[in-house]
Amino acid sequence: MTTSPQPLTTANIWQVLETVHDPEIPVLSVIDLGIVREVTVQQNEVHITITPTYSGCPAVDAIRMHIRLALLQQGIHDIHIHTSLSPAWTTEWLTEAGKNKLKSYGIAPPLHLQQVCSPDAFQREEAVPCPRCNSHNTHMISRFGATACKALYQCNDCHEPFDYFKCH
Amino acid sequence: MPASLLPDTTIINTNARISYVLYLADNALILGHRNSEWCGHGPALEQDIALSNIALDLLGQARHLYQYAAELYNQLNPSAPVTEDHLAYLRDVRDFRNCLLAEQPNGHWGQTVLRQFFFSCWQYYFYQQLQHSNDTQLQAIAIKSLKEVTYHLRWSSEWVIRLGDGTAESKTRMQQAAADLWPYTHELFQPAAFEQEAVSAGYGVTPGSIEKDCLGRIQHIFSEATLSVPVTQPGLHSGGKTGVHTEHLGFILAEMQFLQRAYPGSEW
Repeated sequence: MTTSPQPLTTANIWQVLETVHDPEIPVLSVIDLGIVREVTVQQNEVHITITPTYSGCPAVDAIRMHIRLALLQQGIHDIHIHTSLSPAWTTEWLTEAGKNKLKSYGIAPPLHLQQVCSPDAFQREEAVPCPRCNSHNTHMISRFGATACKALYQCNDCHEPFDYFKCH
Repeated sequence: MPASLLPDTTIINTNARISYVLYLADNALILGHRNSEWCGHGPALEQDIALSNIALDLLGQARHLYQYAAELYNQLNPSAPVTEDHLAYLRDVRDFRNCLLAEQPNGHWGQTVLRQFFFSCWQYYFYQQLQHSNDTQLQAIAIKSLKEVTYHLRWSSEWVIRLGDGTAESKTRMQQAAADLWPYTHELFQPAAFEQEAVSAGYGVTPGSIEKDCLGRIQHIFSEATLSVPVTQPGLHSGGKTGVHTEHLGFILAEMQFLQRAYPGSEW
């Protein structure tokens, strides 16, 4: 059985990218993460530009491979994935949908305006709302968490520990 | 990494831009490696994770820089191209340009956090300047890295304060660590030949131009930590940028490069 080949469009590619997830935070697609910077299609040649969240984020290599596999499964073979560092990724690029997904997954999404992005020691911590009970009565346990992009918090009311997307 | 291929050191040594990028890459790789030695040995799980995360950030920065250095190298020598891995794994001690501070042994926890503090402080002001480089790739790496370094500086500053202004024991140890590491900080502000070229070509940072800001921050954090800034005396160490290292770097490379030396071209 053969399917008649349809002309490739960037819209098709964005649809496929919607199905590629961050291996470390599987609830987020690469679109939600805001790391896909550009998609272009020239005849059958697909060019995708992505940007890393953190310089050393180990998920980027895996994501690159997953994008390739997802496109191959759609019969797209001529795939070029580029990395661009500038402009640098910021938590503001997480989509609103992505932020909601994070919260229901138990990770506090980055606050709209992050205030503690300076090197000064012992600054007052941001009041990060608990993703489970919404209380702002929370405290930071550790500046670094399970992945490069997260810090560890705990809720003083429901006592649940949770991850927070750290200032970046 | 394809075949076993030793990068041509003549090409590297005679090209200021490659030398410059490798200097920054080696700094990040070697300190990243040192920090990664703490993985599984941290005094508390959270701090073990913190140092591993900082190591990961530094490794990521090193990779961007090595990739760029490889690109520059391959433009000059397209017949025998190298990758980031060749540059990290197949250069010898004398070819590494990292500052001596980065290769110093971990010592105790306080010594490790103080080394990180000195280095992050330098990196913070350095990358702030490098953001204005006329080399767009260096500019991009600087902007990206600065966000991470800001976080490292804050974390390490807090530890210096916590330990300096801690118990009598922790204070004594921090003051001793400061005396031990201080002579290695000086080198960061002394320009190597490739840095002078980088400055005159507009893509590099004048090392001395950030010394005042660095010292100011060190003084501020040390005063919060009730520590005294060591007096700068003659006999300061230097040589890292030109490949003259302390005895420690060889051991790091022996561990880090063993696999590629024994099984050339092996990949995960």
